[in-house]
Amino acid sequence: MFGYYLDMAVRSLRRNKVLTGLMVLAIAMGIGASMTTLTVLHVLSGDPLPGRSASLYYPQIDPRDMADYEPNVEPPDQVSWIDGMYLLHAKRATRQALMTGGMVPLQPAQSSIYPFHAMALYTSADFFPMFDVPFQYGNAWGSIEDDSKARVVVISAKLNDKLFGGQNSVGKTLRLQETAFRIIGVLGAWHPQPHFYQIYMGSYADDEDIFLPLSTSRDVRMDHAGNTDCWGNGGGDNNTLEHASCVWLQFWVQLDTPQQAAAYQDFLVHYSQEQHAAGRFLRPPNVRLRNVMQWLDYQQVVPSDTRLQVWLALGFLVVCLVNTVGLMLSKFMRRAGELGVRRALGASQRALFGQLLMESGVVGVVGGTLGLLLALFGLWLVRQQPTDYARLAHMDSSMLLTTFGLAVCASLLAGLLPAWRACRITPALQLKAN
Amino acid sequence: MDIKPILATLGRHKFTVFLLIAQIALTCAIVCNAIFLISQRLERMAIPSYIAEHELVYLQLAFIGARPDAMARTEADLAGLREVQGVKSAMIIDHLPMSGSSSNSSLWLDPAQQMETMDATQYFGENLLSTLGVQLEAGRAFNPEEYRDLDKIDKALQTGDMKEIPTSVLITRAVADRLWPGQNPLGKQVYIGRNFALTVVGVVKGLVRPNLLERGAQYSLIHPVRLSMSAGSYYVLRCDPKDRERVLKAALAKLNALDPNRIVLDSGTWDQMRYNFFRNDRAMAGILMGVCLALLVVTALGIVGLASFWVSQRNRSIGVRRALGATRGHILTYFQTENFLLTTFGIVLGMVLAYGINLFLIVHYELPRLPLTYLPVGAMLLWCLGQAAVLGPALRAAAVPPVVATRSV
Repeated sequence: MFGYYLDMAVRSLRRNKVLTGLMVLAIAMGIGASMTTLTVLHVLSGDPLPGRSASLYYPQIDPRDMADYEPNVEPPDQVSWIDGMYLLHAKRATRQALMTGGMVPLQPAQSSIYPFHAMALYTSADFFPMFDVPFQYGNAWGSIEDDSKARVVVISAKLNDKLFGGQNSVGKTLRLQETAFRIIGVLGAWHPQPHFYQIYMGSYADDEDIFLPLSTSRDVRMDHAGNTDCWGNGGGDNNTLEHASCVWLQFWVQLDTPQQAAAYQDFLVHYSQEQHAAGRFLRPPNVRLRNVMQWLDYQQVVPSDTRLQVWLALGFLVVCLVNTVGLMLSKFMRRAGELGVRRALGASQRALFGQLLMESGVVGVVGGTLGLLLALFGLWLVRQQPTDYARLAHMDSSMLLTTFGLAVCASLLAGLLPAWRACRITPALQLKAN
Repeated sequence: MDIKPILATLGRHKFTVFLLIAQIALTCAIVCNAIFLISQRLERMAIPSYIAEHELVYLQLAFIGARPDAMARTEADLAGLREVQGVKSAMIIDHLPMSGSSSNSSLWLDPAQQMETMDATQYFGENLLSTLGVQLEAGRAFNPEEYRDLDKIDKALQTGDMKEIPTSVLITRAVADRLWPGQNPLGKQVYIGRNFALTVVGVVKGLVRPNLLERGAQYSLIHPVRLSMSAGSYYVLRCDPKDRERVLKAALAKLNALDPNRIVLDSGTWDQMRYNFFRNDRAMAGILMGVCLALLVVTALGIVGLASFWVSQRNRSIGVRRALGATRGHILTYFQTENFLLTTFGIVLGMVLAYGINLFLIVHYELPRLPLTYLPVGAMLLWCLGQAAVLGPALRAAAVPPVVATRSV
């Protein structure tokens, strides 16, 4: 019966090529636009570390003075050196890491490559196990290297390919800012998107090529990049950042259970109260403990333009659907005579309804296929844009299925009302009119 | 033309009519808002910079290691750059207008007040007015003895030595109007970082911020601070627009000859910088324009489809009317009027919807209210679209010969 209905639907659609073409085109354009924008949103708002992100938290405390004080404002987005170091050494979480980014001048040993600036992350030992960073060669540094400000460095697979042709470079020397560093590890493929742990160098930025101990970066006086927010008489001068009343570091902790997270929150409040009593913090305790997805949401890393584009595309899809309903209705009503004859000959209302729905289903499948091609073209266009997330705009299997589902559902929905109206016609009236 | 029979006919196709009106209304609402969004973007992209836009080139470099003699090297670099043929003026600046990275501070009119009065960006660098081409509107430019070295200021902030901290400032007209509306700002004091009082010695016409334009595009201060080359600072050269490419190349060669042991991070003309600064706005305006066009095309095709269907459905009655003496013109006018009525209903509904969507955008995207002028423009656009779309089917209807009336079925 399915085959018979399908055959009838195709015949009926081919009888009126222009109208069918218009319906297919409308669905395809609506689906194409919606799926392009939804795919971009899906990619940009994805979970950077699936399975782990729920147990990773970003603590915030408020060390500022009373200038511009208002109750219930958010604490600063970063921590100062003094607070960051205290929280790091308190070791109240399963794992914890303090970090900031920077650009480091790199002088390759080969004379064929000019010195260049490499993107670096200065962090502490727990960074690698906490974020489950895979290693290709060697391994990460430990707390001993952190404490001794060791000249050790972990490099990305990309940099290893560029400088050492992909060979095992562990033990070799890398010159950074006129200082010799020993390579102790080479990362495997690791590209969390969004770049959640350090969003101040671009939320969808390229990954860092250089990882080295934060203590070492301060010892060598490496420049830090990203935001520095100061209050009071704090100046953002790189040489005095350890003592300045400025926040410029990011601090992440791993808390495996909700109880642990609650205990950590209490610890932050307690620390703030202590500092307040000591006169270092002037504001009342004001702490936040957000996990990865809550942090990304709070920081609004997904550009507002992307959301606006989704709304726009959905609006466009609605117009396309209303258009298709109108065309479908006129197409079905035009066949009122034929439907009347078939009703008179004994076809049930259900059978007619099924046949008409099959017709809209076929329009949906064809429109969906065409819409998918349009969406792929749309994503290609997005990739040509000069934005930092452009290269991420690819369709995955879940969005592929969503596209088809949306197309067929949309066109069935569009066919529902016209089909219902068309199969309710009174056969006698139609026969008489003819 | 009597519209009663048209309304009566439309009344027999209530559902189809409702769908067409809904489509036109949605199109009208979305197009009105999209055009408004486009105009907002275009307005942003047209923000004046108040600098000699087409005469500037920039170079951003970084030393490989620490340079204790950075100040002397910077002076040597600048002297070398001024020798490049075609260079009218050269300077080193901490942040460039529209470069996307800035240093901002809070301003207080009274250090005792709880909340800041406003927030403004800060520009450092000697020869800023002449190199960037910023126009002084009132007061004076800085005297040479007013300048202080940035590294000495950083040290003074630690030790509290007030002698090394500058006390004069240049402000833009926008800052003056915000701090002291209707008053003469010259000689007045503004506090920065609470402890530091600055005296306004001059007012410039304008100077756009490096970023955060939405906080007040022209809220900028110029400080008498001398810089040495450090991370993030730029060498800026002013020259004739037609010399820019050549000057840039010669300047790069010159700097490389002076000290080959550094990395060129970025270089280009300021026009390129401005172009890149607005790339997201440009892309968004393009997308909005594309969606508008697609919407109008889909709606036009929908009108064509429905009108064609109605024409073929009413073939016989058209024939009867023609046989009874109606001219081709009458038939044409009938379909055109019918479309006009439908579009008008759609537009009225669309206007209400447009304001609804605008309210949503105001809440979620901090957009201003939709100006009333957009409504007649949107209405005209849809009327024209409807008439153009219905013309084909209407002409086909007018071509129906009277003899159709005599045929059965």
